[in-house]
Amino acid sequence: MASTTHDAGHGAADAAHGAVDAAAHGSSGMPQLDFSTYGNQIFWLLVTLVVIYLILSRVALPRIAAILNERHGTITNDLAAAEDLKAKAVEAENAYNKALADARAEAQRIAAETRAEIQVEVDEAIARADAEISAKAAESEKAIAEIRASSLDSVKEVATDTAAALVAALGGKDDVDTIAAAVADRTKG
Amino acid sequence: MGKLFFYVALALVLVSGVIFAPEHAGLAIHPMDQFTVKPLFGGDHIAWYTPTNVTLWMFLAVLAIFALLVIGSSSRSIVPSRGQSVAELAYGFIYKMVEDVAGKDAVKFFPYIITLFMFIVVSNFLGLIPMSFTTTSHFAVTGVLAVVVFVAITLTGFILHGGKFLGLFWVSSAPLALRPVLALIEVISYFVRPVSLCIRLAGNIMAGHAVLKVFAGFAGALGFASFLPIFAISAFYALEVLVAFIQAYVFTILTCVYLKDALHPSH
Amino acid sequence: MEGDLAYIGAGLAGMGTGIAALGVGNVAANFLAGALRNPSAAASQTATLFIGIAFAEALGIFSFLVALLLMFAV
Repeated sequence: MASTTHDAGHGAADAAHGAVDAAAHGSSGMPQLDFSTYGNQIFWLLVTLVVIYLILSRVALPRIAAILNERHGTITNDLAAAEDLKAKAVEAENAYNKALADARAEAQRIAAETRAEIQVEVDEAIARADAEISAKAAESEKAIAEIRASSLDSVKEVATDTAAALVAALGGKDDVDTIAAAVADRTKG
Repeated sequence: MGKLFFYVALALVLVSGVIFAPEHAGLAIHPMDQFTVKPLFGGDHIAWYTPTNVTLWMFLAVLAIFALLVIGSSSRSIVPSRGQSVAELAYGFIYKMVEDVAGKDAVKFFPYIITLFMFIVVSNFLGLIPMSFTTTSHFAVTGVLAVVVFVAITLTGFILHGGKFLGLFWVSSAPLALRPVLALIEVISYFVRPVSLCIRLAGNIMAGHAVLKVFAGFAGALGFASFLPIFAISAFYALEVLVAFIQAYVFTILTCVYLKDALHPSH
Repeated sequence: MEGDLAYIGAGLAGMGTGIAALGVGNVAANFLAGALRNPSAAASQTATLFIGIAFAEALGIFSFLVALLLMFAV
C-alpha cells in the first residue's frame, strides 16, 4: 500500500503537466529521500550485515579456506609422489644403462681374450710350420749339395778321362797330374 | 533449437502484448515507485523496528549468501561440485583482490570486505528479479555502507600510524609552496570518498532500474507494438546484470584501495 | 511556472550524464589502445580500468541525481 504522499506523486506524474503539484509536496517523488524510513533501513541493514558477517566468519570462510588448503595439500602430495616416481624411473633407467654397459664391456673382454688365445695358437703353428719348412729346406739343400758334389766329381772324372784319352789320341804323353790340375782349374767356378 | 526457441518467445511476446494491452493506452510512467519502502504487514507508520520490504529482501539476501557459501560448500569435496565452485570462486576472487590491491597485511580485514561484497552483489542481483525491491538503490543503505568503510579505515589508519597518518594529506614530494594547497585538496577528496562511494552505487542501481521502468511505461502506452520496448528492456536488463556485478566489484576494490592508504600512508 | 523551470533544469542536468559517457568511453578507448599495443600487460590492469571507469561514471551519476532531485524533490 502506497502512502498518501505517493498517491499524490502518481497523480502528479499521471497529469504529465501538473508537475507543479508534485513540486509542492517536497520529497514525495523520491523514496530515497524520504527520511522517515531511514531509521528502519539503517537498523535492518546493520542487522543484516552483522548476520552475514557472523555466517561468513564463523562457518563459511573457515570451511572454504579448509577446503582450499586441503586441495592444495592434496595437489602438493600428488606432485611430490609423481616427482618420487619420476626419480625412481630415472634411477631404473640408469641401472639398466649401467648393466648394459657392463655386459658390453664383459663381451669385449671375452672377445679380446679369445682373440689373444687364438693368436697364440696361430703363432705357435706358424713357428712350427716355419721350423719344419726350414728343416725341409736345409735337408733339400744338403741333398742338392751332395748331388752337386757327386756330379762335379763325375764330371771331373769324365773330363779327366776324356782329356787323357784326347791327349793320348793326339799323341801326347799322358801327364795325369797336369790334366787333373787343368780339369780342376776349368771346373772350378 | 535455439532458433525455434527464439520464435516461440517472440510469438509469446506478441500474443501477450495483444492480450494484456490496456484498454486505454496511456503514458503511465512511475519510475520511482519501485523504490518505495512499505511495511510488510499493512499499516502506514514505519518505525525503526517495523518489518518492511527492506527487511524481506535483506533477509532473502542473507538466505542467498547462506545457500551459496555454507550449503554450497557443505560437501567439502576435493573435486568441487558446481555450487562449491561458485563459493570457492567468490572466496578466491575477493581474497586475491584484497591481497593484490591492499597488500598482504590487509588479509586480516578479508572477512569484513567479503561481507560487504557478498551483501552488495547479492542485493544487486536480487533486485534484478522483476517486482522485487532493491535494497542497494537506497542512499540510506549505501550511505551506511560507505560511512562504515570510511570510519573503519580512518580509525585503522590512526590506530596503526597515529599522527603519521596525516602524512597522507601532506604531499612531501611537491614543492613546499604548493603543499598547503595540495593538502586542502587531499583533505576534500578524502572526505568526498564516502559520498562518492554511496552515490555511485545507489545512483547506478537506481538509474538502471528507473530506465527499465520508463521503458516498461512505453510498453504500456504502445499497446500492440509493446514488444519493441520489451526488446529494449531485454537489452537493458543484460546491461544491468553487468552493472550489478561491476558496481559491487568497484565498491569492494575502492574499499581495498582506501584500506591500502590506511595501512601504508606514505604519500 | 517554477516547476517547469525545474524540468528545464533537469533536462540540462541530464546532459551531464551524456558528457560523463564521453569520459567513460575515453577511458575504455585508451585502455583498449594500450592493451592492443602491449597485450601481455593488459590483464594486470583491468582493475585499474574499472576504477577509472567508476570514477568517470560517478560524476555522470551525480548529474543524473541532480536531474532526479529537480524532477521529484524541488
